[in-house]
Amino acid sequence: MANDLEAIKDPGIPPHVNRKADTDPLAAKRAERQVAILFALSSFGTLLFIFAYVAIPDDIFIFLPVMGNTNAHQLFLGLGLAFSLFFIGIGAIHWAKTLMPDNEVTVQRHEFRSPEEDRKDFVKTAKEGAAAAGLGRRSLIKKSLGLSLGLVGLSPLLLLRDLGPLPGDSLTKTGWKTGTRLVTDPGDRPIKPEDLEVGAVAQVLPEMLPGEDHRKLTEIATDAVLLIRLRPEEFNLDAERLSWTYEGIIAFSKICSHMGCAVALYEQQTKHLLCPCHQSTFDVTRAAKVLFGPAARPLPQLALALDAEGYLVAKQPFSEPVGPSFWERSS
Amino acid sequence: MFLILALLAIGTTFSVASETTNNSDLALARSTVIEEGKQLFLKGCSSCHGLNAEGGAIAPSLIGVGAASVDFQVATGRMPMADMSTQAMRKEPVYSPDQVAALAAYVASLAPGPEIPGDELLNYERDGSIAEGGELFRNNCAMCHNFAGQGGALTQGKYAPTVMGVEPVHIYEAMITGPQSMPVFSDKTITPEEKLSIIKWIKSAEAEPALGGASLGRVGPVTEGLLVWTLGIGMLIGVAVWLAMKAR
Repeated sequence: MANDLEAIKDPGIPPHVNRKADTDPLAAKRAERQVAILFALSSFGTLLFIFAYVAIPDDIFIFLPVMGNTNAHQLFLGLGLAFSLFFIGIGAIHWAKTLMPDNEVTVQRHEFRSPEEDRKDFVKTAKEGAAAAGLGRRSLIKKSLGLSLGLVGLSPLLLLRDLGPLPGDSLTKTGWKTGTRLVTDPGDRPIKPEDLEVGAVAQVLPEMLPGEDHRKLTEIATDAVLLIRLRPEEFNLDAERLSWTYEGIIAFSKICSHMGCAVALYEQQTKHLLCPCHQSTFDVTRAAKVLFGPAARPLPQLALALDAEGYLVAKQPFSEPVGPSFWERSS
Repeated sequence: MFLILALLAIGTTFSVASETTNNSDLALARSTVIEEGKQLFLKGCSSCHGLNAEGGAIAPSLIGVGAASVDFQVATGRMPMADMSTQAMRKEPVYSPDQVAALAAYVASLAPGPEIPGDELLNYERDGSIAEGGELFRNNCAMCHNFAGQGGALTQGKYAPTVMGVEPVHIYEAMITGPQSMPVFSDKTITPEEKLSIIKWIKSAEAEPALGGASLGRVGPVTEGLLVWTLGIGMLIGVAVWLAMKAR
C-alpha cells in the first residue's frame, strides 16, 4: 500500500495565456481607446469641480430622488472630485490590466544568512567599539548613567497615582440636601405646587448655592430630576413613598439606574417613563418600578416637601445613590 | 352598501354644516357658535366621547380640556381618529377652520380650560430667542422628539411625531394641553415667552438648509451609517472584485 503513494509533483507555473490585446491589434487599439476615455472622464470631473466651485452659488437646492433636496454647489463639488479621482484610478488599472506586459516572472529567494565573513566582521567592529568607549575604565560615567536610567523608570511609576484616589462617598452624594429648592432647568425659577397642572412635567435641578453663578456638568449629571404631577389617587405606593410625594407631585432622578442616560420620555397616558438608550421602562405610579428593559433597580425617588414660602424643596437627600451600579454600592 | 350610505350621510351633513357656517355672519352671537359646535359634536364626536362629552370606555372626557386642546386635535386632523390603533395620527383635517372653532367654543363652554393662543401672543419672531429655545428644546423636548425635531419612537408602537412643518399655534397648544402621550408643560415652568423661543428654534431648524448636501432625514448615525455600510462598502467590494479580475 505504502509503495503506491507518490509525492505530489511540483506542477510548475501554469502556461501563459495571452490576452486579446496581446494578439489582436484591433483589440489593443480598443483597449487604448477605453483607457483614454477613462482618463478623459477624469479630466471632465476636474473641470466639473472647477466649474462648481466658481460658477454654482451655494444657495441653490435641487431635488434628487431618495436623497431629497440637495445643495447643488456641494453636490457637484463632490461629484467632480469623485469623478476626477475615481476615473484616473480605474483608467490606470485598466491600462495595466489590458496593455502593460503581464508575463509571469520567477525570481528565486536569496539566502537569509549573511556570509560567514560579514558576520565575523560585525562581531569584531562591535568589540572594538566597546573597548574604545572605555566603559570599563570611566567609572564616573558608568555610575551616573546607571543613576539616570534608574530614575527614568520612576516617572511612569509615579503616573500610576492617577488611577486613584478611590471615589469615596462621591458616588453616593448629590447636590440635593434637606431643604434644597427645586428650580426649573433652564431658567432657575423655584416651583410652587400650583404651577404644575395634572399631567405636567418639569425638568428640575437643585437651586445654586449663594455665590455660584453656574453649575458644573458633573453636578448636572447627578442632580437632574424629573418632576411629574398625577392625580393623587393614581399612585400605588407604600406609605413611606407616598409621604415623599406632594399632592400628586412626584420626583425621580433622571439618571437611569442601568447606564446613566437621562430618562425623561414620560408618557402621560400610561404614566410610564422610558429610557431612550436601552428602552428600560419605569412605572411612575409604582415608584418607578422597572416594567421592561435592562435596568435592575427603580429610579431613586426624591422626597418632596414645601418650604415656608410655599416652594417645593427636597425633604431629604436621595436615600440611595443615583445612576448606574458600582462595586461599592450596598444595594 | 350600508357603509356607502353612511359615508354619503356624513358627507352631506358636513357640506350642509359648512354652508351654514359660510352663510353665517361675523356678528353671529357666541351662543349660536356654541350651539353649532354642539350639533357638530353630537354628529361627529359623541359616539366615542359621549353625548355630553363626558367620555366613555374608549375615549376620554372632554370636560375641562379647553379650546386649545380641541383646536390642536381637530385642526391637525388627529381627531376624529381614522382607526382605534395605538395613536391618533396627524392627517388632513376633516373639519373646516370655522367648524373647528365652533367645536372648540362648544367644548370650552363645558368647563374652563386652556384657550387657543391669539396671534398677538404667538409673535415668536419678535418675542422668542433661538438660543434659549434651543436649550429649552434640548432639555424638555429632544428626548422624545429627537434633537433635530424629527420625532422618535416610544413604547408599544407609540411615537413622538416630528415637529417639522407644524403650525406655531399647534406647537403652542401641544405644550399647554399635553395631547396623547405628551405631558403638559405648564406656563410657570416654561413661561409663554420661553414657549415662543422653542417655537422660534423649531422654525429655524425647519428653515435650516442642508449645506453639507443630503441631510438623510437628520436622524444622525442611523441613516448615515446605513448609507455608508450599504452603498459605500458595496461600491468598494465591487471595485475590489474588478481589480482582482484578470483581463482577457
